[in-house]
Amino acid sequence: MTRYLLRRGLQIVLTLFIFVTLVFFLVNAQPGDVSNFFALDPNIPPETRAQIQERFGLDQPLWRQYLTYLGNFVRGDLGTSFSLYPRGVGEVIAERLPRTVMLFATATVASFYLGFALGKVVAWRRGQWFEYAATVGGVSLYTVFTPWFGLMMIWAFAYKLGWFPLGKFLDPRVWSGAAVDANTLFGQMLIAAGLVSVLAIAALVVARRRRLPHSTLIGVGVLVLASAAALAAFTLAGTAYLALDVISHMVLPVVTLTLISFAGTMLLTRNSMLETMREDYVLAARAKGLPEAEVRDRHVARNAILPVVTSLVFSLAFAIDGGVIIETVFSWPGMGQTLVAAAQQEDLPLAVGAFVFVGVFVLLAHLAVDVLYAVLDPRIRL
Amino acid sequence: MRVDADYGESIPIWRVRAGLFWSTTRRNWQLFAATRIGLAGLGIISLYALMAIAHPLLIATVWDPAIYDPVIGYAFDQTVQPAPPSRAHLLGTDPLGRDVLSQLMFSARTEFVLGLSAAVITVTIGTTVGAVAAYFGGVVDAVLMRLADIMIMVPGISVLIVLSALIGVQQFELALVIGVLSGFGGTAVLLKSQALSVVVKPYIEAARAAGGGPWHVIFTHIVPNLLPLAFLYMMFTVTAAIFSEAVLSFLGLLDVRMSWGLMIHTTESAGYLLDVGSYWWLILPASLSITLLCSSFYLVGRALDEVVNPRLRQR
Repeated sequence: MTRYLLRRGLQIVLTLFIFVTLVFFLVNAQPGDVSNFFALDPNIPPETRAQIQERFGLDQPLWRQYLTYLGNFVRGDLGTSFSLYPRGVGEVIAERLPRTVMLFATATVASFYLGFALGKVVAWRRGQWFEYAATVGGVSLYTVFTPWFGLMMIWAFAYKLGWFPLGKFLDPRVWSGAAVDANTLFGQMLIAAGLVSVLAIAALVVARRRRLPHSTLIGVGVLVLASAAALAAFTLAGTAYLALDVISHMVLPVVTLTLISFAGTMLLTRNSMLETMREDYVLAARAKGLPEAEVRDRHVARNAILPVVTSLVFSLAFAIDGGVIIETVFSWPGMGQTLVAAAQQEDLPLAVGAFVFVGVFVLLAHLAVDVLYAVLDPRIRL
Repeated sequence: MRVDADYGESIPIWRVRAGLFWSTTRRNWQLFAATRIGLAGLGIISLYALMAIAHPLLIATVWDPAIYDPVIGYAFDQTVQPAPPSRAHLLGTDPLGRDVLSQLMFSARTEFVLGLSAAVITVTIGTTVGAVAAYFGGVVDAVLMRLADIMIMVPGISVLIVLSALIGVQQFELALVIGVLSGFGGTAVLLKSQALSVVVKPYIEAARAAGGGPWHVIFTHIVPNLLPLAFLYMMFTVTAAIFSEAVLSFLGLLDVRMSWGLMIHTTESAGYLLDVGSYWWLILPASLSITLLCSSFYLVGRALDEVVNPRLRQR
């Protein structure tokens, strides 16, 4: 397994290198450069433009510019943003990346779980009304015009019902006079969420290994307990009300993102389940007189999950694009919203930097799926 | 070349081909019609196609271009803009005084042109790459498939957003980006696996033995056998293209005269976005059209899947 992961890791570093190269040449294939912004300004003489070109290294040959770019990229220097001047692109990304990671990770896990659980049931109850309802509902959510769906969610649950805030990341009225700044707290929350999920998964795995009864219940119980402990810790630190404010801003985007992406997993799980159900060992399990739920979850679903996990790689691009749209619609200040805002304001360094990091994000998610696959499929581990 | 039939009379080869084509089409149509979702999708697509065709006719006959032009028209007969639906404007007018129904119908044509051009690019690239990779194998195959792996992971809409900052994106660029990403990515991988089963067929061997060069074999013997499957992936590309167009013009990043996404963008910039209750005609027609057209192409794709993949049919 280590060798498999090492090989995948190496491939991903190589892909990243190719990706950064492609982005560099894509940007450079455009006619003109940064100094063209001032070409029509009579107050800026040609000497100043030449000076700008020299400062940005634009008078150097292309291969040297490329090497400089690569060197800067490795050192994490992505240039200075135009629209948020004088902040560096790296700094802006470091501030916003965690928010996207949180949103994306929560929604991906939720939609995968929901899609898999529903897909299992749908395949098992083939031909019943439940299958039609789930398929029609799933496909409509899958192909719905995402920005509109997000707006409808805002309209219904935030504007009309007033259950959630209208968007954004936090409420300035709650935060005025707060002792910590939002990013520090958000970092703590991210760590807490990570710890809680690791604990819950560990409990679930241990319970399954030991063949304890009600292993799912144990997993859920640990999840609830760990979340309560995290909440208690934040209360003791006096920041719980701030954390809850951020969470209340997060609920609606996460729910929306989950709803638009679970259907893909659901439909795939259904197809994969239907294929696995025809295997001989399923017949054997039934012949042994095992209860239906046991056959479904232990014998069919466990083998049917493999193609579904593989398909996660294919759906990554779809999910990332969905995240960009949802962030923009909900004014969630993450990477996607940054990318769109930078493009709208023609802030080239920020747009390119954000795009490169979206690419890095896709590659890391790809690696995570590979690890998951290696854990699930014993044939890979050999 | 002529084929001799049993009863002595000879039938020209084109008639044999046409007959074969007709019987295959009829059988496939029966399979397709058996899946009700496919028929429903086809119905919705035809409806929008009719709208696209009807628009220039209406402008030429009933609708006065000064009032009903989707881009520069102004509803002089209304005192307040946006005006609610009335007999003259069945779906009301937008904040700039333009007829919403006219915009909706005009945009349908834009979407079809865009979707079809993206789909044609996808199929051209996908079949060529798939066939070349399967035919040559070895290094060519490895390089093309690694490239495809990268293409699969590229988020198309994010790329288009960056491109719109760099060069400004118009319909053609959008179709090109979506077509290349989908044609070189997922479609190429799936078509290659199909092409692998074609390459080992005896008639390929025969074509080669008769002295056919690699390109001749690829384009006259392999690619035609990939087309049914390619047609299936065309549908998903159309969905992707229409969706991306709508998102980009909704964000105001696309250089286009009129489209459904732009209609929502206009509504947003005029500040009516959350007034779904009182100004429903500003947001619902365009949003529902995008959703309906996207999902009907998707449904047709899924129905075609059952026609093309016999494995799915038997269940």
